[in-house]
Amino acid sequence: MKTKRFEKKDLIWFALIIGFALLPVIPGVFDSSFTQHVFILILLFACMSQSWNIIGGYCGQVSFGHSVFFGIGAYGAGMAVVTYGLPPWPGALVGAAAAALVAVAISWPVFRLSGHYFAIATFAMVEIFNRLFMVWYWVGGALGLDYPFVDEGIKNFIWFENKIPYYYGALVLFIFIFGTVRWLERNRLGYYLKAVREGQKTAESLGVNSTLVKLLAMGISAFLAGLCGAFFVQYNYRVDPAMVMSLDMSMKFVLITILGGTGTFFGPLLGAMVLIPLQEYSRAYLGSLGSGVDLIIFGLLIVLVIIKQPRGIMGILSDLTKKRPASNEGTRRR
Amino acid sequence: MTIFLQVILDGLMNGMLYALVAVGLSLIWGVMDVINFGHGEFLMIAMYVSYWLGFIFHIDPLFSWLASGAFVFFLAALTYQLIIKHTVGKPPLSSLLATFGLAMVLKNICLNRFSPNFRLLSDTVLGGKVLHMGDVIVSMPQLITALFSLAVMAMVYVIIHRTRLGWTIQATAMDKEAAELMGINTEKIYLLVFGMGGACVGIAGGLMPSYLAVHPEVGTLFGLIAFVIVAMGGFGSIPGALLAALLIGLVEALSGFYIAPVFKYVAVFGLYLVVVMIRPKGFFGW
Repeated sequence: MKTKRFEKKDLIWFALIIGFALLPVIPGVFDSSFTQHVFILILLFACMSQSWNIIGGYCGQVSFGHSVFFGIGAYGAGMAVVTYGLPPWPGALVGAAAAALVAVAISWPVFRLSGHYFAIATFAMVEIFNRLFMVWYWVGGALGLDYPFVDEGIKNFIWFENKIPYYYGALVLFIFIFGTVRWLERNRLGYYLKAVREGQKTAESLGVNSTLVKLLAMGISAFLAGLCGAFFVQYNYRVDPAMVMSLDMSMKFVLITILGGTGTFFGPLLGAMVLIPLQEYSRAYLGSLGSGVDLIIFGLLIVLVIIKQPRGIMGILSDLTKKRPASNEGTRRR
Repeated sequence: MTIFLQVILDGLMNGMLYALVAVGLSLIWGVMDVINFGHGEFLMIAMYVSYWLGFIFHIDPLFSWLASGAFVFFLAALTYQLIIKHTVGKPPLSSLLATFGLAMVLKNICLNRFSPNFRLLSDTVLGGKVLHMGDVIVSMPQLITALFSLAVMAMVYVIIHRTRLGWTIQATAMDKEAAELMGINTEKIYLLVFGMGGACVGIAGGLMPSYLAVHPEVGTLFGLIAFVIVAMGGFGSIPGALLAALLIGLVEALSGFYIAPVFKYVAVFGLYLVVVMIRPKGFFGW
């Protein structure tokens, strides 16, 4: 039996996304630059977490190394523009391709590890790349890379007055990345990924080449993370190792996905919709209480979610909408 | 040659300290299969306890390690009751992520209360004292910390391998259900092991403020190095942790001196990757 390409549920979601896209044209809802900034970050972080979700959620390989790929994407795109004067569009592709190449090269040996060992190896990777970029003068070392002030417009993907064009840029990225993952979910590779997650040995015994599958997934995942990095450098005008290639950034990829629901299609979006406004508004409004208060709340929320509902917001939603017996298929999704 | 010996010695002394930080983590990991991401923050808190005892009550770190060890023991036990207990049996990385949240909370509470300033106890009994061994200079606070670390590690080893309590811990680690059937209260063992892991890092942290400045970020790198040591030594293995810690201390010192200081952690984490590529479960892992 052939699976339908689109189900009714998807149409509802796409309607919601289109509604989201139209938000900026409603004056009064979305007119302050800070609100626009928060919306852009929601989309960007949803994209980043979705890229992580491919390898961490669908394939079950919890990588903490994604800030490396994000960073390489950002640096690649930045270097293409700053050093070689390319327009940002091919620059973004250069960054993303570099991220994918590095990801495949370093993952090939690391995929021999599993569980905690894999997680710690990916930590180590972040620390190594972070320190190498700190002293690599070609990419600006610890000072980072400053973006040149070129003419604004779609050709250079740069605007100074208004954040709305960036919002639409982020939306395009969002549709592209979520579309890719939707395609992957329905594709043969997507099923292989889930098979590897549920039991690598079993999948292998059925003829799945698990190393190849994982490498492919990692390549796609890193490519998309690299694209997000390219967007980030365009939006932020600068990039430095502490900002993009840190463990904290990696943890954000993971935590947003976990909060929303690991291995679910809309999990990363839901996670970003909760965490990013919380982070940005608490930084803005609780900053006056002294440093760190926003992060204390952030940390407490993480602890609560993991303890109370490890399946994230999607888990809460599915509990609310349907009461199924525990043995049913729906509850087995992580 | 003198310089080489000096570097080696400094590396070994640092390695012993790392070993004590790591052994707590290794114990928890080996028995419960839980990764405590807040381990480095426990170290930081222990350093603050020791620092404030020294600053306010003029208690020397030489003695306040007892207080900081006990403090972190209870902090760890509380963490177990409030967080870890609820993550046992959940997806394998939930403990890691939950303790990451905890680490964030602890770090930022300290940042908020104590400011990001670096604090060092200046007038301690051992502070600034050195021992001359030929041309090689040994910093006394560091030496005492290193020897202390070895002693505490030996004690943990004896507890695990030679006492009745240790056997119940081993039984729990090997097969939780079977241990329960034998009448072991595994919940209590877990609580105790988590506390012991905390106490190890608490003792290490208690000794440190006389030669290493305290600040809210100080634990992060120690925590990461401890993970690497535990994974490199093989999980749950105390000799493995000691061997890996000494090796990492040496590599850190040698690469820091002979290549460049910025490359020392590249070398440390690189060494880890090389080791686990060859032995995916570490030196003594099963």
